[in-house]
Amino acid sequence: MSNIRYQQIDGRGLGFYTLVAFFGVFILAALGSVYYMEHNGHYVTGMSNRIVWGMPHVFAIFLIVAASGALNVASIASVFQKKMYKPLSRLSGLVSLALLAGGLMILVLDLGRPDRLIVAMTEYNFKSIFAWNIILYNGFFVIVGIYLWMMFERRMNKFSSKAGLAAFTWRLILTTGTGSIFGFLVARQAYDAVIMAPMFIIMSFAFGLAFFILILMASYKWTERELGDAIVNRLGNLLGVFVAAVLYFVAVYHLGNLYLAENTRVENFLLFDGGVYTQLFWYGQIIIGGLLPMSLIYLPATKGNRSMLGLSSLLVIVGGIIQIYVLIIGGQAYPIEMFPGMDIIEGYGGIAKYVPSLPETLLGIGGIAVSIVAVIFFIKFLPFLPESLADEVADPHHKV
Amino acid sequence: MSNVLNRRDFIKATTAAVGVTSVATGVTLTTFAANKEPVSSETRWGMLIDTNNLTETEIEVMVNACQKEHGWGSELHSIGDQKPNWIKKIKVKDRSTEKVTSLPLMCQHCDQPPCVDVCPTNASMKREDGIVLVDRHLCIGCRYCMMACPYDARSFVHENLTNQKEHMPRGKGTVESCTLCVHRIDNGEQPVCVSSINSDAIIFGDLKDSNSNINKTLRKIQSTQIRADLNLNTGIRYSGI
Repeated sequence: MSNIRYQQIDGRGLGFYTLVAFFGVFILAALGSVYYMEHNGHYVTGMSNRIVWGMPHVFAIFLIVAASGALNVASIASVFQKKMYKPLSRLSGLVSLALLAGGLMILVLDLGRPDRLIVAMTEYNFKSIFAWNIILYNGFFVIVGIYLWMMFERRMNKFSSKAGLAAFTWRLILTTGTGSIFGFLVARQAYDAVIMAPMFIIMSFAFGLAFFILILMASYKWTERELGDAIVNRLGNLLGVFVAAVLYFVAVYHLGNLYLAENTRVENFLLFDGGVYTQLFWYGQIIIGGLLPMSLIYLPATKGNRSMLGLSSLLVIVGGIIQIYVLIIGGQAYPIEMFPGMDIIEGYGGIAKYVPSLPETLLGIGGIAVSIVAVIFFIKFLPFLPESLADEVADPHHKV
Repeated sequence: MSNVLNRRDFIKATTAAVGVTSVATGVTLTTFAANKEPVSSETRWGMLIDTNNLTETEIEVMVNACQKEHGWGSELHSIGDQKPNWIKKIKVKDRSTEKVTSLPLMCQHCDQPPCVDVCPTNASMKREDGIVLVDRHLCIGCRYCMMACPYDARSFVHENLTNQKEHMPRGKGTVESCTLCVHRIDNGEQPVCVSSINSDAIIFGDLKDSNSNINKTLRKIQSTQIRADLNLNTGIRYSGI
C-alpha cells in the first residue's frame, strides 16, 4: 500500500492526439457558439423571458454538481480512512476541479454580460445564495488545490488528511449552496423546497462517481496500465448505492410536493401530463438514469462486467443531465401560480415553449469537453495516476 | 524660447487639460446630484388599482404609454416570450364564481423584493422610497432575479438596441422592469401609466402619508396584494380581484 508509485501518462501517440483533437473540436464549437450568442444577443437561443435558464444552465449545474461528487473518492480515503481509495485520491481531486472549471465556464459564458465578470467578483450581495456560490466555487479551487499539493508533496503528506477533511466539508457546503439556488426560490412551485440541498448532494455523489469511473477506466485501458477488479467492483457497488439514494430523494421530493395543494398542479404536469417533460422524467431520469444502471450493476448476469459498469456510468451521466433538464426547464415551463384559485386566461400562463438551439447546446457540451481535456492535460504533465492499480497493489488482502 | 511645441510641453499641456476637464466634470456632476433631496424611507411610493373601474381599453392605453415612455416593445428580433414586457394586461377567471377580471401587471415594488435578495451583484436594488430598480451598470445578466420574481415582471434584453431614451439606458444582456417611472416621480410627476388614463381607477401616491389619497382610500376599502401569502408587502395594491 505504501509503495504506490505515481507516473505521468506517456501522451505522445496518435491515439492521444486524436483524443485531444476530438474534444478540441467541441471546445472550438463552444467558443464559436459563445461568440455567435453574445454578438447577436440571446434571441438566437431558445431561451426567453419565461425560460430564462436554458441548456447552458443544464450542463453547467450538472457539471458543478458532479464536480463536488467526484471528490468523494478522495474523501473516502482521507476522511473515512478507507486505504483502498487512497491511490485514487489525486485523480479524484483533479477530476473534481476539472468538472467545476467546465461548469463555471459555461455559466460565465452564458451571462448576458460575461464581460462584467469582474463585477461579479468584486460586488457581493451577501444575502444572495448566488453570491455565496461564487465564493464557494472559488474557495473550492483553493482548498482542493492545497489538498492536492499536500498529497503530491511528500513533506506535506502528513497534513493531507486534514486538508481532505476541509475539502470534504467545503464540498458539502458547496453543493448545499448549489441546491439552494433552487431551494430558495419561493416564487416557483417546482422549486422552493429545502430538500433540494440534500438531494443535490446525493445527486453529486452519483454523477461525480460516474464521471470518475469512466475517466479511471479509460485512462488505465488506453495507457495499458493494470486496473484490478478489487477497486473497480468496489466503485461499481458504490455507484449502485448512490443511484438508489438519488431515486429515494426524488421520490420523497415529488411525494412531498404532491401532498401540498399549491404544488399539485405542477406535479401533475411533471409526472403525468407534461408531454416531453413527463417522458424525459420517466424514461430518461428514472429508467435510463436510475433503474437501468442499477440493474446492470447488481444483476448477476452483468455484475462485475467492466463494459457494463462503463455503460452504467454513462447512463448515470445521461440520466443525470436529463434530471437537471426536467428540473430546470420543466420547472420554469410550468407557469407560476400567481393567482391562487383563479385561472389566467390571457396575458400570462400556459406552458412556456422551449426548443434548445444548437449554439446553446454546443456551449454545454463544450463545457464537458473542457473538463475532459483539463484532466488529460494534467495527467500527462503531473503524476496523478498510480503506475498500477492491480489487485495486489491496491488491496493486499484481496482474494481472487 | 522657441514657439515650437516640443513633445514634453505637449504632454504637459494635454495632461493639464485632461485633468481640468475631469475635475470640472466631476464637480458639475456632484453639483447636479447635490441639488436633489436624497430620497428617504419616510416615503413609500405605491399604487392602488381598482380593477372594477378600469376598462380593458384603459389597460391597453397604459401599456402603450409605458412602451412609448421607456422605448420598449419595438425590438426587431425577439420573438414570443423573448419580447420585453414591463407591464401587461392579465385576465383572470375565478375557478368557483367564474368572475373574469382584467388587470395591469407590472413590477409590484415589493418591500421585501426576492429579486433584490437573490441578485449576486447588488444590481437589483430597492430605493429608500420603495422603488425597485436594476442598476444597468452592475447587472451581469445572470437572470436569477427573473427566476425569483413571483410576478413574471422582469424582462431580459435579448438583442442589440439603438436610440434608447436618455432616462432609460436599456442594453443587450441586462435585465429590466417597471421603474415606477422613477425619473418622473423625481420631477414631481406621476408614473406615465397613471397619467395616461383619464380615470380615478388608479391612485398613485405615498402609502405612508396619512394625508395622501392612496393612504386614505386603502384605510377605507378592501384591497389585496398579489400573492400576499409570500409576505412581500407589495407597493402595488389591487381592489376588485
